[in-house]
Amino acid sequence: MELCDLPAHELAARIRNREVSAVEALDSALARVRAVDGDPGRLEGFREDGDRVHAFITLTEERARARAISIDEKIGKGEDNGPLVGVPFTAKDIFTVKGVLATAASRILSNFVAPYTATPIQRLEAAGAVMLGKVNLDEFTYGSSNESSAYQPAPRNPWDTSRVPGGSSGGSAAAVAAGEGAFSLGTDTSGSIRQPAAFCGVVGLKPTYGRVSRYGLIAFGSSLDCPGPLARNVRDAALMMNAIAGADPRDATAAAVPVPDYTADLEKGVKGLRIGLSPDYGQLTFFNHDTGQLDARPLPKEISEAVARAADLFSNLGAEIVENVSMPHTRYGIPTYFVISRVEASSNLHRYDGVKYGYRTQEKVANLRELYRKTRAEGFGPQPKLRILMGMYVSAVQYAEQYYQRALRVRSLIRSDFDAAFDPNGKHRLDALLTATTPTTAFPMGQLYGDSVLMQYADQLTVTANHAGVPAISIPAGLSSERLPIGIQFIGPDFSEAKLFQISRAYEEATETESWRAEKPKVLATV
Amino acid sequence: MPSEISKELFEHLVELAALGLKPEEAEYLHNELNKQLNVIEELASISLDDSISAASHGVPYSASIRPPLREDQIIPSGISTEILDQTPETEAGYIVVPKIPHETLE
Repeated sequence: MELCDLPAHELAARIRNREVSAVEALDSALARVRAVDGDPGRLEGFREDGDRVHAFITLTEERARARAISIDEKIGKGEDNGPLVGVPFTAKDIFTVKGVLATAASRILSNFVAPYTATPIQRLEAAGAVMLGKVNLDEFTYGSSNESSAYQPAPRNPWDTSRVPGGSSGGSAAAVAAGEGAFSLGTDTSGSIRQPAAFCGVVGLKPTYGRVSRYGLIAFGSSLDCPGPLARNVRDAALMMNAIAGADPRDATAAAVPVPDYTADLEKGVKGLRIGLSPDYGQLTFFNHDTGQLDARPLPKEISEAVARAADLFSNLGAEIVENVSMPHTRYGIPTYFVISRVEASSNLHRYDGVKYGYRTQEKVANLRELYRKTRAEGFGPQPKLRILMGMYVSAVQYAEQYYQRALRVRSLIRSDFDAAFDPNGKHRLDALLTATTPTTAFPMGQLYGDSVLMQYADQLTVTANHAGVPAISIPAGLSSERLPIGIQFIGPDFSEAKLFQISRAYEEATETESWRAEKPKVLATV
Repeated sequence: MPSEISKELFEHLVELAALGLKPEEAEYLHNELNKQLNVIEELASISLDDSISAASHGVPYSASIRPPLREDQIIPSGISTEILDQTPETEAGYIVVPKIPHETLE
């Protein structure tokens, strides 16, 4: 096994014990990038190789090498370098890192060199991790496939490069699955960590809103955005959370809740825990363009079977499975999201104007208004434009009551579903709700792109946790008959990340010897 | 009857948003907006009584988890040069923009 395929916790232990150096770990990860990634994304003149992952936008090799050398020197002197010492990782290119391009996968930030570093990145580096580079995403995180990135070629799924890696943290999930870094820092606004994690067969956690600081995260939906980990196993995700969670004087929404050691309860099992199943998550809603109506249909069989198998497994391990938990407002997750996220996105996108930073039109303009118009027309792709227009419409004075205010109230109802399910004195008293993560496995590139409604419905099982603010994790739960990863999701009450890790680890441990665990993404067949 | 964003309203939104659009781009965006609006209309069917308040966040920020306010202190960022380096056009530390259009009010 190559160093780049080792779990982060094992690699850090070997570096700490001086069995291998941080430079060797870095070289192994870089060799993997060269072997599988192909050309990085760019705005023009890109070269696509259909067999490559194309996860990266910016490789920060020199910066990484300088850090790895300095780590090795410190280890040589016997200095402690943190729990993630020398572990190479990637960051979704929506976080700022001082002196490094921060593009948000948009032309409008294509020349933006960040003057400061995002808190979660600064904390990962303080824990000893070494950033390999910035990876691709949907433009400004607006999508579920990565195809909307202004930086092409878009990332591909390492399990089948004709398929999408999911999104918007698609570059992150693809890189982690392919061994390009042991873990990645992503963000989740409606499922953008969990959906790509499910599609690429990795672990992805959306923490509780406010658990991880958003300082240095380029904003999408400010009441929904959560930075969080993508990793190849549960322990690594927990270690990442140990590093990034916690209050931050630079983010007033970062909650003042003490950070536990997320690895402490990992091996405690699920005996006595109450895990719920809801029929409202077993049914998918699809918008039928022919009739203009929402149609319902059951989850694909392979996905619902993965959920049922997990429930059986937990039952055998001593958990109590609580069936028929009613979550009646689940189906309103997407319509509510179409309103709230658009209002927040359009507000956040007004700052890109070609004046203060980022792209400015090269055309001659008569006045400032024309500068704005030309800059934004050239700088934004279709997805940001759509969000700006919808956000302005549903928050306009004459429509706000009908749409925006109503959506904020429906969010209360979605939250009340979870409050009832997790209420320690309630009917169900759940520790976690078990659901599928996605309505399908990874879909072919080009299948949904362009249809903004169908694309949004890819998030229907994940978006409710963002509305409610509660934490949710996706973990690998097998492969479909097409050898594509299937993800299952656990959703828990506020700040219950440690328990979600505990449940996830129990599943991981109990399925360790299953044959699908030995299968690797196709792109690794030739390395 | 589902709402629809008319061509006139669409053009008004485009102007407010300071977006110049090519005709085929405008057609695509206008069409997608109305498809999305169709989905949003689903919200109209939910009965909401007065006891249901708007949630600005999912997580209730109770006093016990709300971070304390910071002291009102000036902390120099030390990065003003780096920030101004990102500006397309500056002059003597000021940001330069083209002429600002204005109308004389009656």
